Amino acid sequence: MSKKILDVQGVNKSFGGLKALNEVVFDAVEGETHAIIGPNGAGKSTFLNVCIGKLIPDTGTVMFDGQLMTGKQPHEINQAGIVRVFQTPEIFQDLTILQNVMISAFSKRDGEYRFNAFTSMLSENKLRQEAESILEDLNMESMLHDHAGSLSRGDKRRLELAMSLIQKPKLLLLDEPTAGMSRIDTNRTIELLSKIKQKGITKIIIEHDMHVVFSLADRISVLAQGHVIATGLPDEIRKSPKVKEAYLGGESHA
Amino acid sequence: MSLEQNETKIMIIFTAVVLLMPIWLIPFGASYPDLLQKFAIFGIFAIGFNILFGLTGYLSFGHAAFLGIGSYSAVWTFKLLTMNVIPAIIIAVLMSGIFAALIGFVSLRRTGIYFSILTLAFAQMSYNLAYSVLTPITNGETGLQLAQADPRILDNMIGNTALEEGLPSTTLFGLSMSGYSGFYFCAVIMIFAFYIAMRITHSPFGLALRAIKSNQVRMMYTGFNTRPYMLTAFVISGMYAGLAGALLAVTDPLAGAERMQWTASGEVVLMTILGGVGTLFGPLLGVVLIKYFENIFSSFNHDLLTEIFSFLPDVLIEPVVGVVGLFVGEGWHLTLGALFMIIVIFLPGGIIEGIGRLQKMIKNRNETHLKSKMPQTQESI
Repeated sequence: MSKKILDVQGVNKSFGGLKALNEVVFDAVEGETHAIIGPNGAGKSTFLNVCIGKLIPDTGTVMFDGQLMTGKQPHEINQAGIVRVFQTPEIFQDLTILQNVMISAFSKRDGEYRFNAFTSMLSENKLRQEAESILEDLNMESMLHDHAGSLSRGDKRRLELAMSLIQKPKLLLLDEPTAGMSRIDTNRTIELLSKIKQKGITKIIIEHDMHVVFSLADRISVLAQGHVIATGLPDEIRKSPKVKEAYLGGESHA
Repeated sequence: MSLEQNETKIMIIFTAVVLLMPIWLIPFGASYPDLLQKFAIFGIFAIGFNILFGLTGYLSFGHAAFLGIGSYSAVWTFKLLTMNVIPAIIIAVLMSGIFAALIGFVSLRRTGIYFSILTLAFAQMSYNLAYSVLTPITNGETGLQLAQADPRILDNMIGNTALEEGLPSTTLFGLSMSGYSGFYFCAVIMIFAFYIAMRITHSPFGLALRAIKSNQVRMMYTGFNTRPYMLTAFVISGMYAGLAGALLAVTDPLAGAERMQWTASGEVVLMTILGGVGTLFGPLLGVVLIKYFENIFSSFNHDLLTEIFSFLPDVLIEPVVGVVGLFVGEGWHLTLGALFMIIVIFLPGGIIEGIGRLQKMIKNRNETHLKSKMPQTQESI
């Protein structure tokens, strides 16, 4: 078995009286696509927030690539190689599509701060070509100079994916990448994500759509009430009685 | 057209327009050195303010503090070292940079309105200190002035002590810094300041600042440490303000605390918004407009108005002059206020937006005339 790139041990997180994460143990192996499923309110998004440093766990550790991530700033975690695509697209609305992707590229090249106030954007040909080719892969090359704020929701998601990919993440976190998409768009996204998979980027993907989960995931973990109740290959999860209970049993599931 | 060619073109036209101001402003009655100097100096102030407010969206309400610090530093350099303006300017810029780093470091812990309040508090603190505790440095209410007995170490060292009657005047290696030479000196510095601001705007650093304005939280998850970016922008814009303050002292070597008052901070906000926040030329247009109004409109008096409206029938002259009189002279602020309201309501992008809309209207009309589509100019990055 290849190396564990993400290793989460005993993470707890409470909001007031609510225990959002309860002794979560989780890992992702280099190159795999690891899906997290679970009913609403199971703590999936909270878990991702802990991974990217938006939330600090009450107890427990997040190790990434041999380094302790717990307590680090979001920008440090990003520089370490964990990149997240948000559930509701988070982009720079006032900038053009190309600028959005270029900004991410600068972060990858220049690090968390660099005072390059006297180089012109025009001399950044190499990054620009890289950005254009990624946007081309996503069929967005015709809108390079459009304002990102004017895009449709689906296009904003694709843009955010482009922004993530140009950073060449070691670990890509996808929060419901197909939520609210039509069947056609969903299939297109699956195609796109399997293409990324071929590039060997490790992915953690949160998804409700089982079609998406079973077409992409190498392994699946099931979260219920803040606890990982099962981790395994897709077939094992499909057959697991515990998972069936969590989804269909006492829980009310929309 | 590429950005670089564009930059060269902008600079050539800009330089010509600025240096020829004494000529093309004659019909407006604004072509006298005092006012021209103010255009250039406050132009620098506004350009610098726009680097912070226009690019990052952080509204500082205390930039006049740096203007004051620049002035005081410059006057002290005149008193202690030399009447040559170069050391004064360098020291003023450095001093305001240091203060900006300190104030920025504290203020930038907060965003939005809290940041504005913090900067305002610092500026008012500086203003009050200058009036009270710091009187030995600032000479309090009287303001800091030159005196014949000043040491001027460097000047004395090179034996340049030939003091005539009265106070020494500021020079650039012998060239007097009053009148038109003063204006040209300020204008050249302003052109240079403009060039630097333009380079910053078109750089990856400038793009990062604009991205912070657009979505600061996203910047963190994109791997940027936004705090040092903000601090750099704050210090640069503080240094611009210090430079402007130094030039105020160069053209008129005295420094008073009122230069740091919050109304002075508010004025530069007004200028920037009036002209167009975040645009290259907007702040300069705002400066010219406000300083022009301040100097020209405020000089209108009753007699002048009566003369202007003398073409009206006699019965009407008095009431018309009475009403118009409210908006000029002492009441020029009323005109400014009305203008500001109209612009903010109808042209939130300032005068620059208005010009853009006019251009579009003319272009559209031409297009329908020619029944052909003009090639779309696309902004490169």
